[in-house]
Amino acid sequence: MPLPAELGQNRPTAHPRSLNAHAIDDLRYIRETMERAGSFTAVSGWGQVVVGVIGFAAALLALGSSSAESFVRTWIAAAVASAAVAGLSMVLKARRAGVPLLSGPGRKFALGFVPPLAAGALLTAALYRAGLMAWLPPIWLLLFGASVVAGGAFSVRAVPVMGFCFMLLGACALVAPPAWGNCLMAAGFGGLHLVFGVIIAVKHGG
Amino acid sequence: MRGRRAEGAVPELDRLIHERVRLGIVSALAVSESMTFNDLKQLLKTTDGNLSVHARKLEDADYIACSKSFEGRLPRTEYRLTPAGRRALERYLDHMEALIRAMREG
Repeated sequence: MPLPAELGQNRPTAHPRSLNAHAIDDLRYIRETMERAGSFTAVSGWGQVVVGVIGFAAALLALGSSSAESFVRTWIAAAVASAAVAGLSMVLKARRAGVPLLSGPGRKFALGFVPPLAAGALLTAALYRAGLMAWLPPIWLLLFGASVVAGGAFSVRAVPVMGFCFMLLGACALVAPPAWGNCLMAAGFGGLHLVFGVIIAVKHGG
Repeated sequence: MRGRRAEGAVPELDRLIHERVRLGIVSALAVSESMTFNDLKQLLKTTDGNLSVHARKLEDADYIACSKSFEGRLPRTEYRLTPAGRRALERYLDHMEALIRAMREG
């Protein structure tokens, strides 16, 4: 079998040493393509770490809230800031990796992620108007978890696992005394984001 | 003679997926259940025409399967790796590893 000529296809040299380099180059190319197409997640691990810090900051601020209204406003402001950080970091990560965000993994993520989140926003408005603020922490944790599980179904395993952990915390918040709500929110939006952010950053490209 | 030793040690090279774009298509589909034409085009940083030609060759060899549908008014072309394509990629990986081993031993 005329190996040198075949491996030299599209490539000018056919020396045995360069064949070795071509073979190594081919394997590297296959691995990199697989990484970008399969195990890549558009979710930015470092972005999630920043979101975790925002979560802890919000929990600290909410701890000193004088009313239920200021508690809700603090967490909503944190949610808006977190969404901006997460969105921007996803765009930057996808651009750096050369992965299409809107037609690729990011699109699949958004299709699963947005509906439960929209349901959470509507329920927040309804519960706020009804004065049932104690139900907000479990609802937020459960529906955010459901968003992440649904969006992460197309992503690397760390993402849906993080969503499932949020749902567990939400279930705890449902049965725990309302006073625990802020602590459980800190554990979820602060702690889980920090832990899984580092895991995603280390294992899945930043 | 290193070249001759390597020739004896490695199986036959699959010319079809040795080409860069075709190798990229098969590699990407090996880790994704399916990918659209646009996803592959952007992932492999290639042009419509180039991707079409190479995808057609893989389709003709039954290495990938193509399905066409509409998303609203826009046509959507989706590719999947066939069992034959997966076996071809595995053989190709074996080939490259055998080649590297043969060169090192030589």
